[in-house]
Amino acid sequence: MQVPAPFEYERATSVDQAIGLLERLGSSARLVAGGHSLLPMMKLRLANFEYLIDINPLHAELGYIKIQTDEVRIGALTRHRELLESDDLAGAFPIFRDAERVIADPVVRNRGTLGGSLCQADPSEDLSAVCTTLDASCVIRGPRGERVVSMEEFHVGPYETAVGDDEILIEVRLPRRPGHGSAYEKVERRAGDWAVVSSGAAVWLADGKIVDARVGLAAVGPNTTGIPEISDTLRGNTPSEELFEQAGAIAARSCDPNTDQRGSADYKRHLADELTRRTLRKAVERARS
Amino acid sequence: MTTVHEPKLSQFDDNDQKPVGFGRMLRKEDPRFLRGRGRYTDDVQLPGMLHLAILRSPFAHARIVSVDTSAAEASPGVRLVVTGAMLAEKGLAWMPTLSNDVQAVLATDKVRFQGQEVAFVVADDRYAARDALELIDVEYDVLEPVVDVRRALAPDAPLIRDDLTDKADNHCFDWETGDEAATEAVFAAADVVVVEDIVYPRVHPAPMETCGAVADFDAIDGKLRLWSTTQAPHAHRTLYAIVAGLPEHKIQVIAPDIGGGFGNKVPIYPGYVCAIVGSILTGKPVKWMEDRSENLISTGFARDYIMRGEIAATRDGKILAIRTNVLADHGAFNGTAAPVKYPAGFFGVFTGSYDIEAAYCKMTAVYTNKAPGGVAYACSFRITEAVYLVERIVDCLAHELDMDPAELRLKNFIQPEQFPYETKTGWVYDSGNYEPTMRLAMDMAGYADLRKEQAEKRARGELMGIGIAFFTEAVGAGPRKDMDILGLGMADGCELRVHPTGKAVVRLSVQTQGQGHETTFAQIIAEEIGIPPADIEVVHGDTDQTPFGLGTYGSRSTPVSGAAAALVARKVRDKAQLIASAMLEVSVADLDWVKGAFQVKGDPGKSVTIQDIAMRAHGAGDLPDGMEGGLEAQICYNPSNLTYPHGAYICVVDIDPGTAQVKVRRFIAVDDCGTRINPMIIEGQVHGGLTDGVGMALMEMIAFDEDGNCLGASLMDYLIPTALEVPDWETGFTVTPSPHHPIGAKGVGESATVGSPPAIVNAVVDALKPFGVRHADMPLTPSRVWDAMRGQATPPI
Repeated sequence: MQVPAPFEYERATSVDQAIGLLERLGSSARLVAGGHSLLPMMKLRLANFEYLIDINPLHAELGYIKIQTDEVRIGALTRHRELLESDDLAGAFPIFRDAERVIADPVVRNRGTLGGSLCQADPSEDLSAVCTTLDASCVIRGPRGERVVSMEEFHVGPYETAVGDDEILIEVRLPRRPGHGSAYEKVERRAGDWAVVSSGAAVWLADGKIVDARVGLAAVGPNTTGIPEISDTLRGNTPSEELFEQAGAIAARSCDPNTDQRGSADYKRHLADELTRRTLRKAVERARS
Repeated sequence: MTTVHEPKLSQFDDNDQKPVGFGRMLRKEDPRFLRGRGRYTDDVQLPGMLHLAILRSPFAHARIVSVDTSAAEASPGVRLVVTGAMLAEKGLAWMPTLSNDVQAVLATDKVRFQGQEVAFVVADDRYAARDALELIDVEYDVLEPVVDVRRALAPDAPLIRDDLTDKADNHCFDWETGDEAATEAVFAAADVVVVEDIVYPRVHPAPMETCGAVADFDAIDGKLRLWSTTQAPHAHRTLYAIVAGLPEHKIQVIAPDIGGGFGNKVPIYPGYVCAIVGSILTGKPVKWMEDRSENLISTGFARDYIMRGEIAATRDGKILAIRTNVLADHGAFNGTAAPVKYPAGFFGVFTGSYDIEAAYCKMTAVYTNKAPGGVAYACSFRITEAVYLVERIVDCLAHELDMDPAELRLKNFIQPEQFPYETKTGWVYDSGNYEPTMRLAMDMAGYADLRKEQAEKRARGELMGIGIAFFTEAVGAGPRKDMDILGLGMADGCELRVHPTGKAVVRLSVQTQGQGHETTFAQIIAEEIGIPPADIEVVHGDTDQTPFGLGTYGSRSTPVSGAAAALVARKVRDKAQLIASAMLEVSVADLDWVKGAFQVKGDPGKSVTIQDIAMRAHGAGDLPDGMEGGLEAQICYNPSNLTYPHGAYICVVDIDPGTAQVKVRRFIAVDDCGTRINPMIIEGQVHGGLTDGVGMALMEMIAFDEDGNCLGASLMDYLIPTALEVPDWETGFTVTPSPHHPIGAKGVGESATVGSPPAIVNAVVDALKPFGVRHADMPLTPSRVWDAMRGQATPPI
């Protein structure tokens, strides 16, 4: 059994009380939600915090999926399983169910949360890629009130976010527009492994043409990456295999993968191309149906 | 004699019956496991027990300059800190390995692999022990490591084993088998010669339960009780007696429930010795349980063979000779567990299931700065490597001849009338009838239809592969005349005692780690003396409770200990027959044995049951002249030969041409392990081994970076397969009994682990035929398959 270093533990009673604790304890404290990234890192003693503030008691306050006309709001403590099982969310953004089906395993999905996934800021993380694809914004609350940041601003670097030591990510907002279709695909060496590469694609169609399109890639750079050049190339065009190929080629040359145990950089570039084409194809199919 | 059975439509249709003897029945041990009532080493709690944690080397190769333990000793809850230097004062810093090498218990001079034991802490709880490790200050002088096995013997390679006198290089041993000149002659004259470099990478058994021990030394009576995760409690006890100088009768080794062994729990690890030393020095019970990373980086690995395979054949596909040259990476210490005369295990069976004219193998084993081990992961003493080599090279030959791989194998099988068959490397296969096994697998698979489907798919650009492996194993080590481990013969004892009421207890020298011994052995006894399995208690794993024997590994339990159980039961039955003849007042010759009772020939109404006899044996009534009371016997069984199970495996894969991901669609496994004792347990063993095979073929590998850092130190990095990666297994069987085993049984525990990797790799390579691929090494991850599709396949090391 791997055992962590000593730490103090406190259960939060409200968001504001948790913020108060963070304000007092500073960087020696860490929030724990699902714990499926944090606890293994603590057991391996890669992460050593003096205090853990357990925000699971706040699930009633921070666990929700609100489908509105112009946007979807998801509470940070919404669990993977809730994201997977929500028909309303799958109706608004089919990419979520695609992604949740390939995230870890049921044990992790029962506990892991949207906010925890985003705050872990692992470059291979699936929900970060989904949120990047959907142009999400993140609501962060601290002692000085709330602020809203884009995904680009939210992810500062690998394992690093815009959330300050005394702040909490409380909500993710996803803008809704008509004619939407989206999809997610992941190549992994084994179920439950981190992605070798994964790709999310979202399109918005009107009159048979692409009004807007976004592609988000995971595991091919310091953070999940949206690629503006792909959006520029697709916008205003009629979807076609040639267009998807162009997008795939842009994805392959725009990403920045490393060679590691999961695969060579060349292979990952190839996958960025292949998966971009596949997810765009599926996203368009869904937008049309 | 061979009978071919059609597989049953429902594998459970005769389940839940309680056969008195062989047959499908639920496992006796399952209720306690299913209810969470198993008792593992980590469940052992003793009054006053302390906890031990081990400090391990962060470097692959470094000289130890100094070790400062003062801060750790002052840490709260710490009772004891021990270094290599302290052990050296007691003469305990080094211990023998199972291969007559030595291994450091705690490093004194140098560390030789990342994860090697450097010091240990004993504290009040495992948290305090672990915290104190960080306070031990070790100064290392980092040395260049030997990581690339191919460079281990380079003149400028750093010397790893400077502890050995007269050792000037990293050479471990050379070994050869077969006839070099005769093989060369056949190769020189052959129509076709195919050469392929084939790597079996380093993998790890990764049992669910890691290794650990609880040592409890009683200073008053001098007795050491040791609960430990061992597959061989008796052998361990003897070795502790030799290493630690404790008298053997004062050592009790207890292997409680074991959460998987796969050979990982055969060696004696430094941690066990540390726990013993910790208990002796503190006077308290001491528990050591390694964590997952420690298990993966420091305990016995498997494989790591770099093989050049060569095969010679006629143009029409008659295999003439097989030759191989092997470079074996043994890590920093030669800790291989194999019979002394077999430093390469049973790799000598690399000639496979084929009747050939000549064979030769030359092997060089070397030291590198990696963890020791080599024989583990259900490898049947390196037969895994041998079968992979021969089944891969035969497929390469099929590729060159453009011949169907099933047809090529059928053309070259050893024929049934040739058994017992002596191979060109000196192994005597006891029995076999290969073609019916192969034909059954092909029928179950629908082989011809699969090939048709494949042709259609290829025409459409889809990638589908069909892989075949046919294996012959050599299991059940072994005859005492030439098999021993550190001088201990590989025989097994068994004791059977029938109680007055006709219930029985059987005591085994082998230990179960999930194989179902408590059921299988009860069924063997039941078959012989007619007492229902539920009425037979199987005792195992405790050296104070069981007769001496060498333990469970290499699929040896049923071939060796199973034979002992059958024979000891026959001894009891012979005595019972004498008692029955007295009870029924007829001569022994006039009695028939109907399972569970003796009856008078021609008068079935006159009979006595084994239970009646047991009561008479312990009762007040007369016994035949000169007979002692009681109904019990003991035996020590020395097998006359190994047993040679075989099997035909067919794997069907689909590969996504865009992502290069491999999906195992179907897997057909037909096993012939001779007499089948409990088909459900056999199928369970086969299912587990096939899953292992998917892991090795597609994802598992213990890799190292250029500094010798282990890149497989967690189950996030070292992948093992899940239910999602495996298909519904399709199993079938034929029965070719072993002629020398009392019940005709052969071992089966490792057949599937041995046989499945080549079937899967052959399927992947077959799928890649449109790209001209003849070989690609494991693990066939998507990235490596993509490389192969582009003609850029590389060895993994």
